[in-house]
Amino acid sequence: MPELDRPLLVVADHVDGALTHPAAEVLTLARSLTTGPVSAVVLESPDTAALGRYGVATVYAPELGGLAPTVSAVAAEAVLAAVRQADPAAVLLVSSFAGKELAARLAVALDSGAVVDATGVTVEDGALVASKVVLQGTWETTCEVTRGVPVIAVKPTVVEAVAVDGAEPEVVAVPVEFSDAARAVRVLSRTEHPRERAPLGEARTVVVGGRGVEGDFSLVTELADELGAAVGATRVATDEGWIEHAAQVGQTGVTISPRLYIGVGVSGAIHHTAGMQAAQTVVAVNSDPEAPIFEMADLGIVGDLNDVLPQAIEELRRLRG
Amino acid sequence: MRIVVCVKHVPDLQSDRSLDQDGHLVRGEDDVLNELDENAVEAAVALAEEHGAEVVALTVGPDDAVDAVRRALQMGADSAVHVVDDRIAGFDVVGTAKVLAGAVRALGAETPVDLVVTGMATMDGLTSMVPAALAAALDLPALTLASEVTLEGSAVTITRSIGDADERQSADLPLVLSVTDQANEPRYPNFKAIMAAKKKPVTTWSLDDLPDVATAGAGTTVRSAAARPPREAGRILTDTGDAGAQLAAYLVENKLV
Repeated sequence: MPELDRPLLVVADHVDGALTHPAAEVLTLARSLTTGPVSAVVLESPDTAALGRYGVATVYAPELGGLAPTVSAVAAEAVLAAVRQADPAAVLLVSSFAGKELAARLAVALDSGAVVDATGVTVEDGALVASKVVLQGTWETTCEVTRGVPVIAVKPTVVEAVAVDGAEPEVVAVPVEFSDAARAVRVLSRTEHPRERAPLGEARTVVVGGRGVEGDFSLVTELADELGAAVGATRVATDEGWIEHAAQVGQTGVTISPRLYIGVGVSGAIHHTAGMQAAQTVVAVNSDPEAPIFEMADLGIVGDLNDVLPQAIEELRRLRG
Repeated sequence: MRIVVCVKHVPDLQSDRSLDQDGHLVRGEDDVLNELDENAVEAAVALAEEHGAEVVALTVGPDDAVDAVRRALQMGADSAVHVVDDRIAGFDVVGTAKVLAGAVRALGAETPVDLVVTGMATMDGLTSMVPAALAAALDLPALTLASEVTLEGSAVTITRSIGDADERQSADLPLVLSVTDQANEPRYPNFKAIMAAKKKPVTTWSLDDLPDVATAGAGTTVRSAAARPPREAGRILTDTGDAGAQLAAYLVENKLV
């Protein structure tokens, strides 16, 4: 594959001081696109060992002066200061809600363009070309940024993170002059949800409960635990308060692209399938044989989840010893 | 107080949507007000009712996109601006946000704009980029993805739940606000509201009315666009007592566990 020979800059997301898995995936992707250096910009204390393992030679650490990086203008102005210092051929980042806001702001500030929700990036004719699945999975496009420093946000789980033998990177402090608009947003409180399982957006396997679970997520959770999976839900299930809103998969919730999706009591309304159509394998369990999700299921089981799930869990335990 | 609410006319989610040979969305067949913008209009109108304000609905789009602002007028907006210009057709999301910003600036030159409200995303692109791009282009503070909004004096406070955390954020007007579908329950206009909306003013602007964005253009281009083959239906089995075991066997055989 033809490659660039210029530096790439990756916004390396951290949680609790650790490099996130989606960020490691984007760093892996960046290494495959250029023979030049891959550097990272971090908005909290860098996990330098992990950054080294993913091939980062230089870490740009903007000085936030106490401002919160969860404010998108703060993040954007900090990353922008690193872009000006690093002079990369492109900026790559994770396509989360925060990443998409950051991408939009960088495109305005750099007078370039941004592609978000990319499912892949390649180099063609010396340019980065991003692929995207759009219109609820019905169309596939490839796009290119035609002006300035391209900004590309890549969906989690579309690239396999691969470590290399890398040395400890150099950390470079970056001074930032924040605008009044960035300073104006006050963060009054922040409550992190406890992470009991794999984060929904990053999980390779997701078990989703819908209306059919009738308020009881215990079997969904038990199956997820057996599979090391994340637990998701449809809008109905979160609106009913059966599970927290953060678990919602769909066009207004989390968009997932796992290797395996198991929908339990999920009918398959378009608002939900928009958020999971990128799943590689779809398994559905529903007592209604007319449920639209069966049209997209690789394996569909028409049955009562209270019979099917306990048996599946027991059999999985037996088969796997 | 003056509130501008940005809305978009998009193809109905249930319709057969497609892209043209330039990779642009085919519009004008089954188009409706973007469902998530109804939450933005509701938020704007409810704030205006509570605090006293004029609400201007703003859209950028082809001729029939005026239907989107007409719907906003039925829901309680006082007047509308429709930016329509053939030169906008190829603009990308960020380019469109710059046009919206130009229109907000032009409105602000008449009467200062205190608040710009948007939905969290549009059902066509689903990029969620416009609110942040708009705030950056206007150099205004942004409170985005709000599931709750309150206004006290000149301070707007929101609750947002994104990723793995809940956050409360606050900033003083003027600012850009985006709301999620959790923020409110959009009203359904009654006959009286529909009739009253017919008398409300709709102003049409072209790019020439927004001189500072005439050259914004698109920073991205679509190289290729193709319909994907529909997902093929797989095996369907009806539980006769061993479906759970078959499910487990399927996962193991296909190395999915």
